[in-house]
Amino acid sequence: MTASTANLTHRTGLGDTAAGMSMLHRGIFIALLALLLVAPFQFYPVFLMKVLCFALFASAFNLLLGYGGLLSFGHAAYFGAASYISAHAAKVWGLTPELAILSGTAVAAVLGLVFGSLAIRRHGIYFAMVTLAFAQMVYFFALQAPFTGGEDGIQAVPRGDLFGIISLRPDINLYYLVLAIFFLGILAIYRIIHSPFGQVLKAIRDNEPRAISLGYAVNRYKLMVFTMSAALAGLAGATKAIVFQLASLTDVYWTMSGEVVLMTLLGGMGTVFGPMVGAFIVVTMQNYLAHMGDWVTVIQGVIFVVAVMMFRKGIVGVIGHWLKRSL
Amino acid sequence: MFELLGIPPQALFGQLLLGLINGSFYAILSLGLAVIFGLLNIINFTHGAQYMMGAFVAWMLLNYIGIGYWWALILAPVAVAITGIVIERTLLQRLYHLDHLYGLLLTFGLALIIQGLFRNYYGSSGLPYTIPPVLAGGFNLGFMFLPTYRGWVVVASILVCFATWFVIEKTRLGAYLRAATENPEMVNAFGINVPRLVTLTYGFGVGLAAFAGVLAAPIYSVNPNMGADIIIVVFAVVVIGGMGSILGAIVTGFGLGLVEGLTKVFYPEASATVIFIIMAIVLLIKPAGLFGRTA
Repeated sequence: MTASTANLTHRTGLGDTAAGMSMLHRGIFIALLALLLVAPFQFYPVFLMKVLCFALFASAFNLLLGYGGLLSFGHAAYFGAASYISAHAAKVWGLTPELAILSGTAVAAVLGLVFGSLAIRRHGIYFAMVTLAFAQMVYFFALQAPFTGGEDGIQAVPRGDLFGIISLRPDINLYYLVLAIFFLGILAIYRIIHSPFGQVLKAIRDNEPRAISLGYAVNRYKLMVFTMSAALAGLAGATKAIVFQLASLTDVYWTMSGEVVLMTLLGGMGTVFGPMVGAFIVVTMQNYLAHMGDWVTVIQGVIFVVAVMMFRKGIVGVIGHWLKRSL
Repeated sequence: MFELLGIPPQALFGQLLLGLINGSFYAILSLGLAVIFGLLNIINFTHGAQYMMGAFVAWMLLNYIGIGYWWALILAPVAVAITGIVIERTLLQRLYHLDHLYGLLLTFGLALIIQGLFRNYYGSSGLPYTIPPVLAGGFNLGFMFLPTYRGWVVVASILVCFATWFVIEKTRLGAYLRAATENPEMVNAFGINVPRLVTLTYGFGVGLAAFAGVLAAPIYSVNPNMGADIIIVVFAVVVIGGMGSILGAIVTGFGLGLVEGLTKVFYPEASATVIFIIMAIVLLIKPAGLFGRTA
């Protein structure tokens, strides 16, 4: 099982070992930042914030799948739990937004640590099923717990004032906060991937028995990356709750776990920029096709099937293959 | 009448029966998953959707052409199995050389497509399917009232589970199947058409899911979403039992249904999560599952 996990993500060969950021990646990051800085003057900021939250969510998920080789089918648990905690902290406890987001993230990290420590005891498909089952447990908890508001969720969450000073009610102020969170999150993921820790992760992904025989405490690495991925997914979910002023059962349902898999698969597993591209496409599609109701589910299913059957590298993976660069 | 731990016996046995019925569905579904996993090495995420299709085909047979329950019990599984065979031939077969996780992703996508399509045409409010007259009514057993249909569901699932176990463990066909699970190349070299065996196995596993769907149709309303939630519980059941043994899947399915029923009596708040909690405990104590072999 473990050895075959190597096939799941195409190996990233070139320009992947340097500790610093390659020129190409630096260029892409700068261009992306510049684009996102001016984007709200051209596009609806709430839409952009949604894209940024999901791009961070997908990138966090990709840290686990693309670099750790672990397919979690329950990442909605961390996204959704953080969303609920963040909404509750801002609304009921009256915390400032940055503290609300941090508490959501912290809870997601703890949840990731607990579920991760159990899930890594199984491999491959069992791992996927275990994570999915735990996520469903969180869903039922959110459905029944007294503070989550059941079917209604937590509505009318105040956006509040950043550090108690800057009002986040204007979309544009909130947008730049979300952009900052997104960029810090993405850079953290980039740093993790390209650190010695990240190299060991890739070694485990490509050949776990060999990594064990080289003396690496494989399970500790898996648990660490699982926790990091859960925390970053939580950061995305907590931010989303502030942006939409809403935490609901959708955030924590299995369809959300499926969506983040779709984003990552479509954009390209094991690529730095793929999940962002995938998130952009999926969110845009949901936005423009919202009036089509259940057909959106069908279209997502079709994309899944097409991506698995003939497009396993994903969009960015294919572009990277053409350019002979890892993106 | 007497009381057990402060619980009236009607409530206790009523919930136990409900648990046994849920357990029947868990058993048939996890059995199908285990049979498919054994030979194809994939987890069939479409299983829940195929269970739902079974219920819908039964409903369509009744409402569009007037074919009743008993024929539906045979025809619906066959029809759904045929769609399964088409899926295996056209899509799944191309993924066997890849990581097993791609099979999971593909079948997840197929489940989304199927559920989305049914929601489009039939809405998500659910359609009624009446209990066939022979099985309507019930018996008063003294300590509880047993609706005939519910009793039938339990009997039918035990029969189907036993038949499946018998075919796999005691017949020549089952021997081929078990041999192909161990070493497909070798069995192929002996002149058995393994790819065809794989296709038929997938069709059979899918047929089991559809059979459970027909059984479920009169109990739950026929609903496009009926398979989505149950399949996640069945995944937990499969993790608890381990997919190594046919008998293990059956026993775990019924057992966990009963546990769920008991939880509904004594601590209803936990009844939705108890199976997941048991899964966590099993992962701590015996990671390979109760009947699993350590990978």
